[in-house]
Amino acid sequence: MKHLLNSPMVKKMSSLHFVIAILFISTFYVTLCNLVFPEGSLLHVSDYTVSLLGKYLCYALLALAVDLVWGYCGILSLGHGAFFALGGYAMGMYLMRQIGDRGVYGNPELPDFMVFLNWTELPWYWAGSDNAFVMILLVFAGPGLLAYIFGSLAFRSRVSGVYLSIMTQAMTYALLLSFFRNEMGFGGNNGLTDFKEIFGFSLQSPNTKLALFIATAVALAIGYAISHFIVNSKMGRVVTAIRDAENRVRFVGYKPQHYKVWIFVVSAMLAGVAGALYVPQVGIINPGEFSPLNSIEIVIWVAIGGRGTLYGALVGAVVVSYAKTRFTAIMPEAWLFGLGGLFVLVTLLLPKGLAGLVSNLMDKVDPPSKAKQSEDPALQATTAENK
Amino acid sequence: MLRLFSLLFFCVISFNASAAVSETQDNSALTTLVEQLPTTKLDKMAPLIKAIAATSAPQVQDILKPLMAGDLYYLKANKQVVAAQKNQQQQYQVTDVLTAEALTAVDKSAIKKIRTNNRLRGQIRDLLANLDLTHPDKAVRIEAVKQLLQNPNQTGISSVTNLIKGEQDASVRELMSVILLIDQLESGSTAEKLSAAQQLSGRLESKVKNELVNQLDLLAEQPENAELRTVLTKSIDDIEQQASVYGLVENLFFGLSLGSVLLLAAIGLAITFGVMGVINMAHGEMMMLGAYTTYVIQQMFPNLIEYSLLMAVPAAFLVSGFVGVLIERGVIRFLKGRPLETLLATFGISLILQQLVRSVFSPLNRQVQAPQWMTGSLEINPMLSLTYNRLYIILFALMVFFSLLMILKKSSLGLHVRAVSQNRDMARALSIKSSWVDAITFGLGSGIAGIAGVALSQLTNVGPNLGQAYIIDSFLVVVFGGVGNLWGTLVAAMTMGTFNKFLEPSMGPVLSNIIVLVGLVLFIQKRPKGLFPQKGRSAD
Repeated sequence: MKHLLNSPMVKKMSSLHFVIAILFISTFYVTLCNLVFPEGSLLHVSDYTVSLLGKYLCYALLALAVDLVWGYCGILSLGHGAFFALGGYAMGMYLMRQIGDRGVYGNPELPDFMVFLNWTELPWYWAGSDNAFVMILLVFAGPGLLAYIFGSLAFRSRVSGVYLSIMTQAMTYALLLSFFRNEMGFGGNNGLTDFKEIFGFSLQSPNTKLALFIATAVALAIGYAISHFIVNSKMGRVVTAIRDAENRVRFVGYKPQHYKVWIFVVSAMLAGVAGALYVPQVGIINPGEFSPLNSIEIVIWVAIGGRGTLYGALVGAVVVSYAKTRFTAIMPEAWLFGLGGLFVLVTLLLPKGLAGLVSNLMDKVDPPSKAKQSEDPALQATTAENK
Repeated sequence: MLRLFSLLFFCVISFNASAAVSETQDNSALTTLVEQLPTTKLDKMAPLIKAIAATSAPQVQDILKPLMAGDLYYLKANKQVVAAQKNQQQQYQVTDVLTAEALTAVDKSAIKKIRTNNRLRGQIRDLLANLDLTHPDKAVRIEAVKQLLQNPNQTGISSVTNLIKGEQDASVRELMSVILLIDQLESGSTAEKLSAAQQLSGRLESKVKNELVNQLDLLAEQPENAELRTVLTKSIDDIEQQASVYGLVENLFFGLSLGSVLLLAAIGLAITFGVMGVINMAHGEMMMLGAYTTYVIQQMFPNLIEYSLLMAVPAAFLVSGFVGVLIERGVIRFLKGRPLETLLATFGISLILQQLVRSVFSPLNRQVQAPQWMTGSLEINPMLSLTYNRLYIILFALMVFFSLLMILKKSSLGLHVRAVSQNRDMARALSIKSSWVDAITFGLGSGIAGIAGVALSQLTNVGPNLGQAYIIDSFLVVVFGGVGNLWGTLVAAMTMGTFNKFLEPSMGPVLSNIIVLVGLVLFIQKRPKGLFPQKGRSAD
């Protein structure tokens, strides 16, 4: 282990290369094992596992989005689930329209739930929803616009810290209540489901599932690259500075609200993409995705993985989601105990999360004098708490 | 002089005697009528029952009520009419209906039921209602008149016509006149209808409005009677105007009661969040614990439901307060000055507490009973009645609020709490044990959440998710009112509650909730420190 960590190759690699390499290798491995090895073989990866992994990767992208605003800008958003869900609904609308006349009521224009509600035509905001380009635009524009409006209102009036957190929570709660209403035109309680195909490929086929998994991995890699670029750019430095001392940044002559809105919007779009990729893989989107509990769960992924390190968010999301899948299967009763306990223990004992643990170990391996400047300047600054 | 006295004396005697004679006559008449009961056939019963009621003897009720309930029997041996109740030894406890004398219990074979049918029972019900019209107790009379107002019948109306002049009580007389006016409106001449419609203007009884609207509908087919139509329309308008005023008052009441619930939920938070600066996401679970404490107390003392809430208040305070102190000592004190971490840790605690309750009490909702004094409503007029549970919750919330205010403003504990929250180091320098104060403050805030839980157990389902439903609202209330300001919390809670209830009729509950949320979010943009911001010079 020590040898490996000290090897020049590992040292030269930045976290970006490292993460993308791992993503590429694991995606390649999963694809290979799914396609090449027959079912029953020891090395075979089942279709179920593929879509499960696809789901985890969506979560990872979502956690990345939260880490970008929380870990680097100090904005603890308890409403990122809302952006995720909005992206999901944009995709859901498109998938709904792809069903065409194969729905229960066989109406070529209207989705089933609208027929059920005796609606005669599509609401105006469903216009163009059967077009894939419009859908992709909506995936970015929906969450982005909400984030822009909310962010510019909140950051201009300098709402920060816990106030902002509670307001984001109220935002997602309000959306939860609205989307439960049938009149909203998004399927009410049941949401959008019963999808048939995406871009002309059947959602039931294992190949589509594999393709979606690969697409998610690619999206995650791109998202990671973008985030990496942002936090290491000059802008990213300002954002980090805002996290550590917003007033000083303001006094120096920057306008923190602009940076905050900007990073909030980017993060919301990332979350929206995650949601859009999530929906075809699980086959349903309903208002439950807006619940404040979901948003807080995302935050705990990031906290456990280690906020302020982009890869920490990915690790946290995958590890916690995997643990959840296992635990809820073995003893569903204990999962909430486990999750709650994780919250408490991580905040008390591991304020820097798993990533902090790893970097501590690395410091022990390396003599402290030689301790490399960590690739993420944020790591050093995480102790400075933004109120 | 002597003659005068003797004359007076004679008069008195003879008066008494005549009264006595009439009573005995009544009694003997009743006795003969009652004696016919066992032998009369069903189809001859109606006039007999009417005759019994007409004697207006005090025993009439004792005869007719069991007859209607099917508890009137006669002894086979001597045809004596009795009311019978089955006792625990499967025998019948019999009472003579005329003398109210309890006889020895008998077997079922010794007695025979006096039979009735539905028609007779309806007749008896009407007769009994009219008997109540002359009852000496005013409340019974009012109830009887109201009954008659809802279901008018001819015998009732004619007896009201007779009784109204002799009625002593003004409110009963007023109600009686309403009955007569409605009757007049239904079947009187046009002139009578006109005056009745005028006089009925502004009456709040729902029956009145229905009748006026009915009459107006009937008139629609006849083009004449324009005058009557305008009068009717005006009366209906008057009634509707009054109704809208009372509707407003009722909405205000609902709003205040919702506001009180919010106040109760938020006030503990106003202490932990507002005074200590600790974000306690487990606050809702403290309420849940309080509600479950109520449930446990009711299970422990099933015979004392009436007092269960009084017992639950201190118990819930102790339970939630104790858990609060544990949380503070175990977790929160290590996270001082890191509000976001505190938020996450307490959220974890809330998950654990929820799951704990789910494991112990099952995930299903538990039924908490309402004591007798919490049920029912205070009727102010026919259009406005305030339910007791909401009324008590408003009072209770205000009581809790003011006692908390007193504790913070007047007690030495409150002094210490404020000192520590303003300047921890200085307070410590003045030998205040700041860590002890922290624990007690947090315990106090949590304990009050527990008390709120007792109140909530009367309004909503007691389940593991009870707290979650209130946590966002309570945070918003505290932020809206201005952190660290108890008065702000009061104003904010009441404002939010009233707004919500006033929007509800036109928007529906969900949309009004959303609008209040969005409105609050916008408000916080405008005034980030709430309605009543704390004065201070700190930059952040």
